[in-house]
Amino acid sequence: MVINSRFFNRSELMGFIALAAVLFVILPLTLDVFRLNLVAKYLTYAFVALGLVLCWGYGGILSLGQGVFFGLGGYCMAMFLKLEASSVENTKIQSTPGIPDFMDWNQITALPLFWQPFHSLTFTILAIILVPGLFALIIGTAMFKRRVGGTYFAIITQAVAAILTILIVGQQGYTGGINGMTDLRTLKGWDIRPDHAKIILYFVEVVLLFACIGIAQFIRLTKLGRILVAMREQEDRVRFSGYSVANFKIFAFCMAAVFAAIGGAMFALNVGFMSPSFVGIVPSIEMVIYTAVGGRMSIFGAIWGAILVNFAKTSLSESFPQLWLFGLGALFIAVVLAFPNGLSGLWADYVQPRIDRLFASRKAKAGWTDNSVADGAPAE
Amino acid sequence: MFGDYSIGDLGSIFVMQGFAGLILFSVYVLMALGLAIIFGQMGVINMAHGEFMILGAYVTWMTSNLFQAYLPSLFSGYFFLAMILAFLASGALGMLVEWVLIRHLYKRPLDTLLATWGLSLMLQQAYRSVFGAREVGVELPQWMLGSLHVTDSIEVPINGVFVMCLTVLITISVAYVLYMSRWGRQVRAVVQNRIMAGAVGINTEKVDRYTYGLGCGIAGVAGSAFTMIGSTGPTSGQLYIVDTFLVVVFGGAASLLGTIASAFSISQTQSTLEFFMSGSMAKVLTLLAVVGILMLRPQGLFALKVRK
Repeated sequence: MVINSRFFNRSELMGFIALAAVLFVILPLTLDVFRLNLVAKYLTYAFVALGLVLCWGYGGILSLGQGVFFGLGGYCMAMFLKLEASSVENTKIQSTPGIPDFMDWNQITALPLFWQPFHSLTFTILAIILVPGLFALIIGTAMFKRRVGGTYFAIITQAVAAILTILIVGQQGYTGGINGMTDLRTLKGWDIRPDHAKIILYFVEVVLLFACIGIAQFIRLTKLGRILVAMREQEDRVRFSGYSVANFKIFAFCMAAVFAAIGGAMFALNVGFMSPSFVGIVPSIEMVIYTAVGGRMSIFGAIWGAILVNFAKTSLSESFPQLWLFGLGALFIAVVLAFPNGLSGLWADYVQPRIDRLFASRKAKAGWTDNSVADGAPAE
Repeated sequence: MFGDYSIGDLGSIFVMQGFAGLILFSVYVLMALGLAIIFGQMGVINMAHGEFMILGAYVTWMTSNLFQAYLPSLFSGYFFLAMILAFLASGALGMLVEWVLIRHLYKRPLDTLLATWGLSLMLQQAYRSVFGAREVGVELPQWMLGSLHVTDSIEVPINGVFVMCLTVLITISVAYVLYMSRWGRQVRAVVQNRIMAGAVGINTEKVDRYTYGLGCGIAGVAGSAFTMIGSTGPTSGQLYIVDTFLVVVFGGAASLLGTIASAFSISQTQSTLEFFMSGSMAKVLTLLAVVGILMLRPQGLFALKVRK
């Protein structure tokens, strides 16, 4: 893999190599399949966090409805897998064979029309990208064209998350209700449940994650990324300079939605089910928490945030279930009050200068003049 | 679907359904009043508002248990003391939270959302540790049980009537405090122009703290009233928080009248729709309508014209 030195500056390159080493080499070699599958679950949230870095960190648009897009992507994938698992042979005992089990339990006798296209994998993959993307486009256009932003946008996206959850839970016959879609088995005849399949799915997910990192980094470095930052800082000046602020906001929101949807689809594949408990208000806010803890301004920081907070959640709630919520709440207050740039902010403030000094002193010993700091300055 | 009912029955059903909507309206108004002060006036997104409400509910529950154990003769009147205690407890906690947390965040409204969400998680866990995960319900005094017979086919529960009267009373007092009293003028002055308010000698920090405390205190009273019609668990507050925010936003954030109007329209829409379809679909349609209207009219029903 050749990396253009302009694409990543030095510290970003180090972050990239570190993340790639951990995800591609260290974790697969040291963890058993069960734990690796847990990491795969955490990484699905990293997709959402990546989207939030673009949308919230750079664009300044706080969305409390990322669970909606995560859920839409996940449900699209799960619908395909569920249809494949409900073939006529598998569902002989039902009163209507060939439809998903929860439909049969709810006295539905024919596959609903909107389920039909999910027999096709191509359609499903398109739907995973397009359904959340279009939904975000509609919400974004309606809101940003009318210059609704900030807290109002956050509250309305939260309401959308609430609506979708109630709808999914209420329409049990079409969606599986509160239990969600369980018992997903095969993808085009390939069993996704055994250990070797989980390992392959893990690597597919990591590759996809790095592809998304590449896209996010590309957006960040182009003029587009700079306009996003400018918009966050001084929205009116950007508007007076002749840019359409609304269109850039819509773009950032849609990108975040698509990233979240890819995460959701990978969730359905890796974890083997999808339920409304990943759609609603609480999971949506937790996704914001991962991003905030990792650092809303840093692509790699947000990914580490998603992995570390989820790791802490699993291990703490296994051993001290009472402490977990206290810990999460306190962590969140601390992040907001004391270090708003999260872990990556701490890294940049305390660790990075030492590393730079180390490099600088080596170069000084070798008799070079020190101008490397200028190269290493952040691109923003 | 109407074929099975006579005209008279249908009328009664609408009246009863409307009354159920009025009880929901009372809960919304009580919840939203506190939030309209904190969010509408101060601009703080208080995600822990539901937890302040639940604190009031638990205080009421404890008071009722105390009266049952030590003062059974006065049990019929415990509720009035409980309400005052709920106001004081939630208000005191609110002022503490303002001092520790919120005052650092006035310039970053989106961050208050995240910080108060963290606070709400901690409070929920605290309730779970102290009071247990199970829902608790208070025992109502004798005079609050039963229902009033308006006509042969129309019955209204007494506790519902009581909660509604309470709502009216609290709303009037809040409106009086905000619009008539000296302190209310100070609050509105600080909200409109913090720097000028400080320049004319208003202690803005103190006003902020008491305003936040008042909002939380009203949430506590709401929780206290809530125990009359439902049971309380550690996470009950979270169920209402989105609805409450929508009520406040829909009404126009800085307007008390708007808050009341929007609480009324949302609760009546929902309870009327509940008669025609399942509860969840009624809720979905109501929320969709609210979100749809907000997209067309982002400033809410009643917007104050303020030069920014």
